[in-house]
This record gives sequence, C-alpha cells and structure tokens, in this order.
Amino acid sequence: MNINTTKIISLLFFIFSALYLYTAYQIQVFSFDENAPFNARTFPIYLGYTGLFFSGLKILLPEPNTIKIDHKNLEYKKTAILVIIAIIYGASILKVGYFLTTSLFLASSYYFLGERRWLLIFLLSFPFVAAFMYLLHGVLDIYLRDPFLKLIGVMG
Amino acid sequence: MIEGILIGLKTALTFQNILMVMIGCFFGTIIGMLPGLGPMTAIALMIPITYGFDPATGLILMAGVYYGAVFGGSTSSILLNAPGVPGTVATSFDGYPMAQQGKAGKALAIAAWSSFAGGTLAAIYLLFMAPSLSKVSLSFRSPDYFALMILGLTAIAAFSSKGQFLKAMMMVVLGLMLASVGQDSLSDITRFTFNNMNLTDGISFVLVVMATFAMSEALTIILKRNDPTAAAKQVSLTELGSIRINKEERSKMLKTIPRNSIVGFLIGVLPGAGATIASFLAYGMERNFVNDEEKQKFGKGSVHGLAAPETANNAACSGAFVPLLTLGIPGSGTTAVMLGALLGFGIQPGPRLYITNPEIFWSVIMSMYIGMVILLILNLPLIPYIARILAVPKNYLIPLILFFSITGIYVMSFNNFDIYLMIGIAVVATFMRLYDFPMPPLILAFVLGGLMEENLRRSLLISDGSFDFLWGRPLTAIILLFTVSIIGWQVYKSFKK
Repeated sequence: MNINTTKIISLLFFIFSALYLYTAYQIQVFSFDENAPFNARTFPIYLGYTGLFFSGLKILLPEPNTIKIDHKNLEYKKTAILVIIAIIYGASILKVGYFLTTSLFLASSYYFLGERRWLLIFLLSFPFVAAFMYLLHGVLDIYLRDPFLKLIGVMG
Repeated sequence: MIEGILIGLKTALTFQNILMVMIGCFFGTIIGMLPGLGPMTAIALMIPITYGFDPATGLILMAGVYYGAVFGGSTSSILLNAPGVPGTVATSFDGYPMAQQGKAGKALAIAAWSSFAGGTLAAIYLLFMAPSLSKVSLSFRSPDYFALMILGLTAIAAFSSKGQFLKAMMMVVLGLMLASVGQDSLSDITRFTFNNMNLTDGISFVLVVMATFAMSEALTIILKRNDPTAAAKQVSLTELGSIRINKEERSKMLKTIPRNSIVGFLIGVLPGAGATIASFLAYGMERNFVNDEEKQKFGKGSVHGLAAPETANNAACSGAFVPLLTLGIPGSGTTAVMLGALLGFGIQPGPRLYITNPEIFWSVIMSMYIGMVILLILNLPLIPYIARILAVPKNYLIPLILFFSITGIYVMSFNNFDIYLMIGIAVVATFMRLYDFPMPPLILAFVLGGLMEENLRRSLLISDGSFDFLWGRPLTAIILLFTVSIIGWQVYKSFKK
C-alpha cells in the first residue's frame, strides 16, 4: 500500500468520523425517544458510519495517481501572515469598530503582499471602506456596529 | 401561466431589478474572467449585499452574477486559452484557435450570440417545464425526496471530482456532518456543540460558503503563487478585430444552437451534471452531426465547435434552476448557494414556491431573459474595458476578497467566534484543495443536510423504523437504483485503476 498525503488525510478523516460517531452515540435524547424509530442521534450515527466507510475505502484502495506537490514553491509565509492578520481583524472588529479595523486590515494586507505605494494603499483602504460603509449602512440600511465612529461622533 | 409571466415581468422590469441584473452580469463577468474564481465565489461575495434587498431582487442579482460569470469564463477561454470556469473549457477548443487567426472579436460575438440563444431557449423550456414539474413534484413523498437527495449528492460527487469519487464522497459526508451541528429541528436537543453557545443555532451557511470558496480560493491563489489577473492584463492588449458575423456563419449557428440548447438544458436539469458536462457532451455530439468537411475544422476554429459548447453551457445554467425551483433541491453547487440564500430570506423553494411566492418564481425566470439581453448588449462591446478593470494587481484583489468574506459574516452575526470559525474552515479547505478534495459536494451536502434528515425522519416514522420505504414506492426504488449504479460504477473504476 502506497502511503501518501491523500491517504494520511483519509486516515485523519477516518479518525474524525470515528470521533464523530462516538459523540453521536453520546447525544442525550429524551427517555421517551430512546427507542423511537428516529431520534436526534439517528442521522448523525448513520453519517458517522458512512464517513468510516468512504474514508476506509480511500485508505484501502490503491491510488496510482499520487498528487505531488512541490512544497518549496508554495508561499506559506505570506499565506500565514494573511491568516494571522485576518484573525487579528476578527478579534478587534467588535471592540474597535468596523471602519478602523477594516481599513487597517486592508492596508496591512496590501503591504504584506508586496505593495509599497502608500497613496494607493491609503486610497484603497480608508476611503474605500468609508464608501462601502455608506453603501451598506446608508443605502442598504444594513446595521454596522462601530464604537470608534460613535466615540468620535461620526455615527449615531 | 400568462398571469405568472406578467407578474414576473412586472417584478423583473422594475428599475431596481433591472439595475441588479446589470450589476450582477457585470460583476459576474469580471469574476468569471479570472481563472480560479468561479460563479460560486462570485455569488458568495454577493450574499452580504443581498441582505438589504427583498428575496426576488436578491435572487435576480445572484442569477445575473451566475450568467455573467459563465460569460466571463468564455471570454478568457477564447482570448487566452485560460478558462475562467470549468464550464467554458470546451469553448477554448475552437474559440482560442479562432482568436489566434485574428478573429477574436468574431469568436466573442459567436460565443455571445450562442450563449444568448442557448440561454433564451432554455429559459423558454424552463418557462413551460417548471410549472408542470411543480405539479408533478407535489406527488413526491418523503422517501422520494430522501432518495432524490442521495442521488443528487452521489451525482455531484461523481461528476465534479475528476475521477476522485471517494474524495468527493468524503466531502459530501463532511458537509452533512457540519450541517448536523446545532439544535435538532424537532426535539431542540443540541448536538456537537460541546457546550459552546455560539454553535447552538448551527453553523451558518454563508459562513461555510465564504470559507470554502471565497476565502479559501483567495488563500490558494497566494499559496500557489498564482496570478489570476495576469490573464486579464493580456486581454486589454489584444486586438479583437470585427465582431460581425457573416451569413454563412449565421446559418451554421442556426443549425447548431437549437439542438445543443436541448442537450444543455436536459443535462442541466440532471442533479450534479451542470454546465461542464453539458458543454463537453455538446461539443462531442456536434462533431458527429456535421459533415466530414466541417469535422476536419474542429479544433482549428470551427463555428460549430464554438457555438455548440457555448449554447449548451448557458442552457445548462437555466436547466439547473429546474430542480431548485420545482423540488427545492439544488442540482449544482451554484444553485445550492442560491438555495442557501433563499432559506436565509425565509423562503423554502419547492413545488409550492410557484403558488406561495409567484413573484419570486416568475421574476427569476423573466430576469434570465433580461440578463441574456444585457450580456449581449452591454458586455460584448465592453469586454476590453472590463478586462482593464481586471488588471488590478492580486496584491489588491486578494485582500478585497478576504474583506468581502469577513464583512459578510460580520454583518450577519456580529460575533468574533463566527469569524474565527470561518478562518479555520478556510485554512482546512485551502489545504484540502491542494490535494484535489472538491468543495462543491460539501456545499451541496451542507445545504441539503437538514432537509435530508427531515425526510429520513418522516420516512422512518411512517415505516415504523423499517427501511422498507426505500423500495416501497416504484419512484423511490428507481431513484435509488440510479444512485446504486453511480456508486457501483465509481467504486468499480477505483478498483480497476
């Protein structure tokens, strides 16, 4: 049997399905529902077994067309930075507010992806977000929470 | 039906809805032209905008994006041999050689007219078929629906996975597992929430779509060092030539379009099949329909070879709406996204949609015509200019996609947890994409998960826990027979390898 990353992912999925199945059996149902033909745990149990079946087949069946990925050519660093910026953005958006965090998120993403023209970075972040906010909040009447703009008196 | 058409026209022809079709077609064309970003991403990015509209307008906007994306995909296929969407790969077989012969404008015009005619004819078929099918589908019972959903999921896994059926089936199961998180719809018992209140209502559909498509596609582009806008930069420099079609070419198109619109529509109706299979099948069939002299021209710039897949892929897009509007079961990943958006509006598509919300049902059908006209009148002459907009560097494009994705979740829930969850799912999806695990089956399964459980619940309760319901009705048994055949064939192919 040829071990490759696809097989490892399938094995992880097999383990995930087993854990899912175990958790499905732990779902607490009402006592009168315990022996009912269908209760809250029935469908998840079927799903767990189906997951085990397909991932098991994938592990056992031969795979001649192994996918080869040249990891040296993959841009892990920039991807990781973008993900981290997105997490920071997610963490601060509620407390700081939509306008400032979104603008900073965009500006920093442009910068880390290689842009160095500051005027463009600025124009495509702060004024762009302001215009987009106007479209959502002002035109489409979609509520946007923004403590920062509230604090400086721009938003009611 | 006449009354319905008038209701649809009245809704679709309002200033706001025409504007939405125009915006949708324009935006869809831009995204469709970018290799790697398909209609699902385009529609997903539009979801936050649709929150501000009524359901009919929201769906019209998304339908416009859908057609625009398919049209945009044809443009990059013809001009650059770089199909923006899989449904336009067959277009490049004859479109690109034609462009290389200095007839790019003509190739674009043939593609646009074929798309227009194919889409319009298919919308007419839909117009006549959908109400009748709605009536037929009223006779469907829970076991039939359950079987139909299994067939749809199996078919999408078989057709969308480039020979990786088991991987696609694993994604189907993963989609169903994600859908099972949260409160059980009947008993309100929480499942797989691990005492986290944020998961009590389940995982949002928009979150999963944004994470697995928009966000993970953006991360994949960075990870693989792709530059989708590089192609667009070349388009703006291309000399397009005349867009006039002569009499001989017109007569060839008149023969090709009607038959391929039927092929495309019927393939589009089939669950899981869609525009890609329709266009390849149409290309292959057209080659058999033409005489030997024309056959020799295939692959070298044949009018038949270009018109056939273009007609079929647009007809398939209309066909894909049939199961969505009549049964409430999407046949493709793209229509699954639309179903999710409709459910978000509190509307359950299905046989009763035609009766309960005629304005939505008919306005979507009527907006298809309007969308086709707009694509033809506005987009064709505007292609070089649209391409210039696309030449935005990826340094800007990628953050903007991430921004739209996160904004979509933020305005929906105002919750940090959802943003973290989306980023987490996107990272996993990016990694799985690297190893060719397809995402459309996951989305379709996620959307159908609740409905599937509901129909299984009813079926099992009626049959007192017995699985006899699977063969109790001839219709259920026939549907399941198809499903078993697909699974058997795919597993056999895996063993044969």
